[in-house]
Amino acid sequence: MKKALGILGLLIFICVATAIMSDRFLTEYNVENLIRRSALFGILSIGAAFVIITAGIDLSIGSVVCLVGCILPWMLIECEFSVPIALLSITGISLGIGLTHGILITKVKLQPFVVTLCGLLFYRGLTRGIVQDQTQGFRGGFSELRELSQGQLSLPYTDFGIPNPCLILIAVAILAIILLNYTVYGRYMLALGRNETATRYSGINTDKITILAYVICGLLSGLGGMLFVLDVGSAQPVDFGNFYELYAIAGAVLGGCSLRGGEGTIIGVIIGAAVMQVLKNTITLVDAIPTNIEYAVIGAVILGGVITDELVKRLASRRRANLQAKQTD
Amino acid sequence: MTDSQPPLIEARGLTKRFAGVTALNQVSLAVDQGEVHAVIGENGAGKSTLMKILAGVQPQDEGAILINGEVVSLNSVERAMGHGIALIHQELNLADNLDVGSNIFLGREPTRLGLIDSRQIEAESEKFLEMVGLDISPKTLVGTLTIGVQQMIEIAKALSVNARVLIMDEPTSSLSQLETEELFRVIESLKSQGVTIIYISHRLFEIETIADRVTVLRDGENAGQLTRDQISHEAMVEMMVGRDISQFYARENHQIGETVLSIDRLRTLAWPRHEVNLEVKAGEMVGLAGLVGAGRSEMLRTVFGIDAAVSGSISVNGQKLKNHSCGEAIEMGIAMVPEDRKQEGLILDMGTKDNISLPGLSQNRVGGIFANARQEASDSDLMIKEMRIKTPGDSQPVRYLSGGNQQKVVIGKWLSMNPTVLLLDEPTRGVDIGAKQEIYRLMEGLAEKGVGILFASSEMEEVLSMSDRVIVMHEGCVTGELTREELSEEAIMHLATGGAGTQVKTAAKG
Repeated sequence: MKKALGILGLLIFICVATAIMSDRFLTEYNVENLIRRSALFGILSIGAAFVIITAGIDLSIGSVVCLVGCILPWMLIECEFSVPIALLSITGISLGIGLTHGILITKVKLQPFVVTLCGLLFYRGLTRGIVQDQTQGFRGGFSELRELSQGQLSLPYTDFGIPNPCLILIAVAILAIILLNYTVYGRYMLALGRNETATRYSGINTDKITILAYVICGLLSGLGGMLFVLDVGSAQPVDFGNFYELYAIAGAVLGGCSLRGGEGTIIGVIIGAAVMQVLKNTITLVDAIPTNIEYAVIGAVILGGVITDELVKRLASRRRANLQAKQTD
Repeated sequence: MTDSQPPLIEARGLTKRFAGVTALNQVSLAVDQGEVHAVIGENGAGKSTLMKILAGVQPQDEGAILINGEVVSLNSVERAMGHGIALIHQELNLADNLDVGSNIFLGREPTRLGLIDSRQIEAESEKFLEMVGLDISPKTLVGTLTIGVQQMIEIAKALSVNARVLIMDEPTSSLSQLETEELFRVIESLKSQGVTIIYISHRLFEIETIADRVTVLRDGENAGQLTRDQISHEAMVEMMVGRDISQFYARENHQIGETVLSIDRLRTLAWPRHEVNLEVKAGEMVGLAGLVGAGRSEMLRTVFGIDAAVSGSISVNGQKLKNHSCGEAIEMGIAMVPEDRKQEGLILDMGTKDNISLPGLSQNRVGGIFANARQEASDSDLMIKEMRIKTPGDSQPVRYLSGGNQQKVVIGKWLSMNPTVLLLDEPTRGVDIGAKQEIYRLMEGLAEKGVGILFASSEMEEVLSMSDRVIVMHEGCVTGELTREELSEEAIMHLATGGAGTQVKTAAKG
């Protein structure tokens, strides 16, 4: 929780600094858009967090976003599937992808990095093959479905509204918090991420739990992909969702997940994902920062975050050692 | 060797302490040039510590080491090597992705124009391979060779740095009969070339074959020395054992009931050629004795379903385990306190509460998926109180607790599950005396409640004083079973070093 407060401080600092430096930051349009983007990436980051907590990694998130993002309009427009069948299909695809990753990692005993790296390549290639590199869009239709991403819950007595993706994120987050902190499965994930051997010696089927984490990540990547394409309206198979896995992982790490496993809070991860989006927004809005160094700034901020985290940890352990030394005197 | 000549290597009054425990106390050892000098003793007698000091791995606290009568300081491996002393490790230290020649010259590669001179490596390597009787190309990948051949390469590597004294720590522990014979031939040939060998082994029969002299250690002290004509299995065992255990731990006798655990013709992955049969009754404490590597841990792990069984069956209260999984074993009432508590027993960054509740989490869940927080708290409170676990709070990571308290947490994990059978692997390793006594009391309390206890221990006192019955293993086999009446250190050591059962009977009577 302390970690989440630290990252929340960073988020507020960036927001305030940007608001001072640019008068376009606090406009209704910008804030709403920012919340929408943050929510979408937050969903992806929560998926990544589950995998990272079990000491794994998922590099295929962006390609799953691309696959789902292109296949959904393709099924609706080109194949003329009904909406429920299309939604069911993408759910099945995302679930199948997560299940496949989990089984390859636990039963075939392949490394998560390798499995999901192959996934990253495979799903993008597959998408481009299926849709023949053609941009897939809704052609102005399906506006009810697109409300899922574009709509908002207007707040009474104000001009503001909460974008729907944000509501979806809140629902996902609540479920994730319950799963991670209050169910036996979440406890098993935290335990196996820290020490798989001891968890196995406690009679827990660690394979099943690991597979569950990848399934969750697959499903949330699929949900993200759907919401992204509903928001934008069209998807180009060549670059839709490019690098999204890195934003998702960076958000999770910035939010307090350790790639060594066993650590992380959902709230922290959501704030981490928001920091990434606000930072991108800042670079666009603040004229003093040239847009072309965007990646350098993001990289530096993440690096700064993890260095600070490591230093704080060291300080805490030194303080503990001093305390113990005093007690033995 | 004439008496006027000093021994090649001599240790005088070596003492070494680890965190308050004296591992070596005034130990002396004298080894002449060109002899095979065996050093023997029970687990924990101080053999490895002595060898590590001689090889420069760790310094002594007191005492001196003399080479050719002159005091030397061996405070690093490089120094010891400089004096011609090389340790052949129990675990091989070869890079199996590199070829034989590269391994022999690792870290000392001859170069030409700044590049590795592989032609010279090849030529030089061949010389040393010949010394150990190996007819293989230096270009062979180490990973493709058998353990026996890899061991020879280790020796060749030591010879290549001009080692005059080779310390071999359990060199035959993973060798086949044929490979062992080959090793002995190489040792004989090295001996004839003036190389001195310090040989450590649990296998007394090997020592009868190969050693010129034997130094026996017991509890970190010299227990005696045997010359070539005095060496016999009985003489060695007699020197290794013999301590007073009446003061150690006085346990009560209690009611022993029906058989709770029966292991029938079990073959483990580690020793697939041997079958293990044994039974544990309710309220019975069965000690599992044997030397390090006898296959006790592997057997316990297999019973608990961590390792797959090759064949055979395990039953609890007459009911056979069907799919040999750890989850099933726990469901049937088997619990296990593993050997390595930090790796296998605990999640160090979690608190006492989370560690204790982990195995029962699924059983106690509410509403199908939720962890029962109230039960977790009350279980852990009970265990902390009952077992007197000293922790500042139940969420303090167990990493920061003492060894004894950590072990209590591991035991507490299983107590809240009310097991029928409790397996313990080295239950008191690395815990202080006070905590040891508490752990014994806990084990006794459980036995009194009717839990069947099977514990593997390398501490002779523990086995002798805690067991109703002792099962002794040697190289994957059960070599004998001793009732409380038949129990003696000699009897256990005989069986543990592969002595025949008949010898044991007479020794136990005598």
